[in-house]
Amino acid sequence: MVNLIWAFMAIVGILYAMFNGTMDQVNQALFEGADEAVTLSIGLISVLVFWLGIMKVAEEAGLLSLLTRFFKPFVTRLFPEIPKDHPAMGYILSNFTANLFGLGNAATPMGIKAMEQMKQISQSDKASRSMITFLAINTSSLTLIPTTVIAIRMKYESVAPTEIVGTTIMATLISTMAAILIDRLFHYRRVRKNKG
Amino acid sequence: MTLITTLSTWIIPCIILIVLVVATWKKVPTYESFVEGGKEGINMAFSLLPFLLGMMVSIAILRGSGALEAFIEWISPFLMAVGVPADIVPLALVRPISGTAALGMTTELIQSHGPDSFIGRLASTMQGSTDTTLYILTVYFGAVGIRRMGDALKVGLIADFIGIIASIIVVSIVFL
Repeated sequence: MVNLIWAFMAIVGILYAMFNGTMDQVNQALFEGADEAVTLSIGLISVLVFWLGIMKVAEEAGLLSLLTRFFKPFVTRLFPEIPKDHPAMGYILSNFTANLFGLGNAATPMGIKAMEQMKQISQSDKASRSMITFLAINTSSLTLIPTTVIAIRMKYESVAPTEIVGTTIMATLISTMAAILIDRLFHYRRVRKNKG
Repeated sequence: MTLITTLSTWIIPCIILIVLVVATWKKVPTYESFVEGGKEGINMAFSLLPFLLGMMVSIAILRGSGALEAFIEWISPFLMAVGVPADIVPLALVRPISGTAALGMTTELIQSHGPDSFIGRLASTMQGSTDTTLYILTVYFGAVGIRRMGDALKVGLIADFIGIIASIIVVSIVFL
């Protein structure tokens, strides 16, 4: 599906430009997009190295398994495929925690690490059930404090920059619960298909 | 507000403090572990690059050509018919595709309508309550080499849709 979407976006863009005389902009966008991606990837090095380093120390100090033990009843139900004391659980939880506090740049390295651990469990290049659940929760955004938005609101002189925290949490709660439900729905549909 | 700003400046140093104190107490070779863990980060960033570049170029073509804008204009009447405010439509459609574009749109909406207007509050809530599904999928699956995504994209996009509808409903109830 991602192959289709990827090709579709570029094909539609180029065809549209042919008929609307925006080929110049396409040329410019093409190389700007490539440039931006390189800047982003290189920029990620600092964040990845820093947080993976700290996480390694936390793991060896036993802090990750402490976090896992604390949330065990909740996450074992969400991720039934993952063995209870597997390091994947620790990384999944630290990713969720980082997201909750709006630490976007800490959440990504931990998310990647969680994926890596889950791949070790599934031993395949196909997305496993737990990976899909993990992504669904991530894409629905777990932010408790949307710091970037608050900053923008402050810049444009809002009377109450933080008044959207409550509505954001409510909307996030709804979309996360929906994501988990939809994920389950798709999972059981897959299971039925494989049996039938 | 001061509480939140204080919290967000204190949280990272405090996490580091706790990790280092506990690790030192448990006699973990802290610096060596840090370096060992950090090494993985370099490879990750490089293995990510082609995935990110491919996706971002494709999105850039779609946006640069004006096709994305045309599509948004074309679909807007349908969304307005089901009660989605016209000004928010572009943001709702772009949010799952591009994080930078969405942030730009949110800023623009807050600037032109005012942060305390209905649209301003709605844009703020929407920005905070959904995430860039396409980016997350690209980065997380790209970094570890997952080629077959299964239902991940479908689940993510449906969740985005529900998040957007939820933002509109919640903001309407709370602020109208």
